[in-house]
Amino acid sequence: MKPVNFDYYAPSSVDEALDTLAELGYDGKVLAGGQSLIAAMNFRMARPSALVDLNNVPELSYVKPTEDGGLAIGTMTRVFDVEHSAEVIKRFPLLIEVSKYIAHPQIRRRGTFGGAIAHADPAGQLPSISVLMNMQALIKSKGEERWVDGQDLIIGPFMTVIEPHEMLAELVLKPWPARTGSNYVQVSRQSGGYAQSAVASIVTLDENERCKDARMVLMSVGEVPILSQKAGEILVGNAPTREAIEEVAELAVTTEIDPATDLHATADYRRSITRVLVVRSLTEAVERAKRGG
Amino acid sequence: MSNKLFPITVTVNGVEYKREVEARLLLSDFLRHDLGLLGTHVGCEHGICGACTILFDGGAVRSCLIFAVQANGHEIRTVESLGTPENLHPLQQSFHEKHALQCGFCTPGFLMTLVPFLEENPHPSDDEIREAIDGNICRCTGYEKIVEAVQDAAAKNSQAK
Ligand SMILES: Cc1cc2nc3c(=O)[nH]c(=O)nc-3n(C[C@H](O)[C@H](O)[C@H](O)COP(=O)(O)OP(=O)(O)OC[C@H]3O[C@@H](n4cnc5c(N)ncnc54)[C@H](O)[C@@H]3O)c2cc1C
Ligand code: FES
Ligand code: FES
Repeated sequence: MKPVNFDYYAPSSVDEALDTLAELGYDGKVLAGGQSLIAAMNFRMARPSALVDLNNVPELSYVKPTEDGGLAIGTMTRVFDVEHSAEVIKRFPLLIEVSKYIAHPQIRRRGTFGGAIAHADPAGQLPSISVLMNMQALIKSKGEERWVDGQDLIIGPFMTVIEPHEMLAELVLKPWPARTGSNYVQVSRQSGGYAQSAVASIVTLDENERCKDARMVLMSVGEVPILSQKAGEILVGNAPTREAIEEVAELAVTTEIDPATDLHATADYRRSITRVLVVRSLTEAVERAKRGG
Repeated sequence: MSNKLFPITVTVNGVEYKREVEARLLLSDFLRHDLGLLGTHVGCEHGICGACTILFDGGAVRSCLIFAVQANGHEIRTVESLGTPENLHPLQQSFHEKHALQCGFCTPGFLMTLVPFLEENPHPSDDEIREAIDGNICRCTGYEKIVEAVQDAAAKNSQAK
């Protein structure tokens, strides 16, 4: 047996889970899909003293349309089920495009949508997409709940504003306007491997083919997902020409990212591929917006 | 922290087992050590290699990244549920004929990934097969023969219909 001993709780409702988390305080840890946590426990890198397993709480798994045309996704919804949801395919093709890069099919079967975001891995796709789309996170604790903007949820590598006695319960995705296109591109050493660099973007055009909105997130090139300001500053109000997009790429890699050198890539290499990926991602998002999304 | 034992009831390959397990016991170790089902192989124990892939309520998952206690009330299928040496499962037969294994260490994981895949995609393209097995490492075959075996099984299956 590889992991250290721990106390195990398997509540069957959200209220019971919140009671248990409140009692355990700093000793408690939520177990979602376990696809990051159990791996870390097998290495004994993680040694939680108590786990609160949410796998027996069916009320946390759903994909529900919201009144404004967006979606609410329960935290325990498996990535596999998000990837195959007709509601998601219809509204947010970006989530479908990104899913096949997340780990492997067998891991997406078990890993959860909310767990991946709560894990806040700077090289993880879903934490970055939650920042890019500014998903609204519903955080619950015993007798209380609060909403946090996706942009404010992640505060450091593997760190979020979620406290030990709290849990992430739901993510709400706001609908995209008409003429919105999105794209995800990454470079990794092998299929299913973590990205050396990756870029996701969402662009909305007006009737005159000028950018109404342009958002872009840069992954694996800093301690947290980096939401670019340059894309908006340079593109909004203007035509997204090749020159304008190249200017975004130049400024993004020189002023916005802080890539590290590690086993997987050097900082210089990361900077150089990021420049190319920014151009590719924005260009494709614009093309898709022109075709209606 | 306790060594508390949790009673579980799990159906494995159609047989119901009642056991008591420590919370930290991995499902892969439960299958191998407690039930003696040695077909499920353990390579890395952190989700990379895919050798431990089993079916959990019909879906292919890593048994090294699930605790046995979490299988309580669920249905598990392992490679032992496929064929016997005298009567191989059609996919096993195709692996055999197409030389899709050498040492065989990775094979149970490939089979348990590909059996449900073929049920959902009876006529897969080579690319779809490669995507389906991107979470399974094979150090021997170079994967070509595995893709051929899957195509062989798919072709024989549609002929049989
Ligand atoms: C071999 C391998 C390759 C992988 N490759 C990738 C990849 O390329 N890209 C990628 O993005 N991911 C990858 N992953 C990680 C995978 O996507 C995980 O599923 C995901 O990171 C965590 O989701 P989970 O549901 O399994 O969470 P768990 O592992 O159960 O939990 C992760 C963390 O989040 C906390 N947590 C989970 N849910 C909640 C909640 N509701 N409230 C509060 N805290 C919570 C847990 O306490 C824990 O600290 C890989 C994993 C493996 C094993
Ligand atoms: S032993 Fe489970 S994936 Fe390698
Ligand atoms: S046959 Fe030896 S590892 Fe695949």
